[in-house]
Amino acid sequence: MKMRMRQAIAMALADELRSDPRVVVFGEDIAAAEGPFKTSEGLLDEFGPLRIRDTPISEMGFVGAAVGAAATGLRPVVEIMFIEFLGVALDQLVTEASKFRYLSGGSYNVPMVLRASVGSGLGFGSQHSQTLETWLYATPGLKLVVPSGARTAYGLLRAAIRDEDPVVVLEPRILYAEREDVVTGEDGIIPIGVGEILQSGNDVTVVALGQMVRTALAAAKDAHWNAEIIDLRSLIPWDRELVCESVSRTGRLVVVEESPFSGGWGTEIASYVAAECFDVLVAPVHRITCPDVPVPQPAHLEQKFLPSVDYVREQIGTLVRTNERPKPWWITEGYVS
Amino acid sequence: MTNTPLERRRMLSDPILRWDRMLEIRVLEDRIKDLFAEGLVHGTTHTCQGQEAISVAIAMSIRPSDHVCCTYRGHGTALALGLTVDSVLGEVMGRSIGVIGGVGGSMHLSEPSVGLLPTSAIVGAGIPIAVGAALSAQVLGEDRCAVSIFGDGASNIGAFHEGLNLAAIWKLPVVFICENNTYGEYSPINLTTPISDISIRATSYAMPAEIVDGQSVDAIAAAVSAAVVRARAGGGPTLIECKTYRYSGHSRADAGAYRPAGELDEWLKRDPVVLYEKQLIEASLLDVASAKEMRATVAKRIEDSIERVLASPLATVASMFQNVIGSQSK
Repeated sequence: MKMRMRQAIAMALADELRSDPRVVVFGEDIAAAEGPFKTSEGLLDEFGPLRIRDTPISEMGFVGAAVGAAATGLRPVVEIMFIEFLGVALDQLVTEASKFRYLSGGSYNVPMVLRASVGSGLGFGSQHSQTLETWLYATPGLKLVVPSGARTAYGLLRAAIRDEDPVVVLEPRILYAEREDVVTGEDGIIPIGVGEILQSGNDVTVVALGQMVRTALAAAKDAHWNAEIIDLRSLIPWDRELVCESVSRTGRLVVVEESPFSGGWGTEIASYVAAECFDVLVAPVHRITCPDVPVPQPAHLEQKFLPSVDYVREQIGTLVRTNERPKPWWITEGYVS
Repeated sequence: MTNTPLERRRMLSDPILRWDRMLEIRVLEDRIKDLFAEGLVHGTTHTCQGQEAISVAIAMSIRPSDHVCCTYRGHGTALALGLTVDSVLGEVMGRSIGVIGGVGGSMHLSEPSVGLLPTSAIVGAGIPIAVGAALSAQVLGEDRCAVSIFGDGASNIGAFHEGLNLAAIWKLPVVFICENNTYGEYSPINLTTPISDISIRATSYAMPAEIVDGQSVDAIAAAVSAAVVRARAGGGPTLIECKTYRYSGHSRADAGAYRPAGELDEWLKRDPVVLYEKQLIEASLLDVASAKEMRATVAKRIEDSIERVLASPLATVASMFQNVIGSQSK
């Protein structure tokens, strides 16, 4: 069934709300207004105000309430409108939710889901366009998934709601309106921690996440090299086996990221693969990222900021041809020395 | 023959055993301080001498099925709710007999059979979590309520205000209990807070509030019982402020040198353990001789526990790797 990503999210929520009376959904403007991105369309009508609630603008309060609710029998799904708003609630996720199982000897667990819209491309400016996976990355006890379209949004969200631990779902905002074929029902559920090979190839393994998946696919189209393109889908835990097995066949790794160069999520993938697959690598591991600057607001700068299809194609092409790491554009064009 | 946490909880229906529990908290806290001073314990601890009446009054006024969130100054609450001395001391001393296997330490206790959610080392963090536990009761239609215990210092953090606001607009069955011991860590309340009565803050959330004598078991229990009845009946949250005092410093590293001369002595005159003992004697429920005997019995109980804990195995390396995520997860 073809649908927009926002519709797939609303459908995943509705399917879980229907199948499990413990599921509740709350966040800012998600009930009566059906969500600022219309990701909870129809939920209040069908499930009523006891289970579908608008909250005040108080992320620390309602994320904390989700922790307490999850520990005592509910399966809350909370929405953070823009990932940046998680900053004021980070304690509840990183220091409370993800530690409850450990700090109760396994007696309490926190089956909550925190959804947030992320990413650039829509002109929201520096404080509404980040992805911020790395705020959460070094947090044992937490899981983190990132859909790349309607199909994975549906499947990962349903898996997240059924998971016994806190799961963060980061939804690339720019993809909410994009349509894709979605497998609904139980068959559409995508297990957490499992990546997916979207295209087979033998010259290079390209690992991408979120909105960079479609960029990587487009860059590989009609290229003179054959890329094996992996949608990582889960970042905590990430599918080490799948990636390493692929690199063992291709001998090259490129990570395409919507994150700053310094400390972006791909550093983990690159360092692991560089060490684990050292013997089979024929070229240095390479990351294609954004520059180390805040996300600029104007359209032309935002487009420059995000790795484009042409840029990704050129970078991968150079790596495959020379077995040397191409420099990023901000260095070759002289903006950063 | 040791009693389970639930059995220990039920003992609090007997006034004599309430006093026994207060003594137990006092002696254990004093001895924990000693053990740290002797270098037998690693890390830090936050003891609650002077606040025993609050812990016991709360535990006797709510049901074991009710949810409790409390702070890192939580040994007293934990013992009052029913946790055994061995399980608390074992946790403080990193032993596998600790209530969560020794990986948590002094600040992290938890016991679902008596409703104790994991205690938090973050000031105020438990407030919205208790609100969420109350939300569970409301959505699931359970006859349960939640209790959030925190200090006066926590009333200056956002979590307090966001938690009270959420509980008020959703009319949740939760009781907020502020142990106002007049110090937030090392700072006196008048330097950090423009009011001395935290209960005033409930007005902003259209929430009933009450100030009670934090050294009086009966006064606190009456207020908590009334709030719990209102919460269960759908009447929403209440804020109870217990005026109390911390006989020790903030943590083991703090001798409380910043306290004005004579302040501690004034509060020692209203020692909750002594006050309750007098009350029981005046009511002829206890006589002086048996009170003395009970003090000796409790002291012996704690010494025996210390001996057992010291002889018990340290938390295993394997325990460090357990309970990070669920076993069903990849």
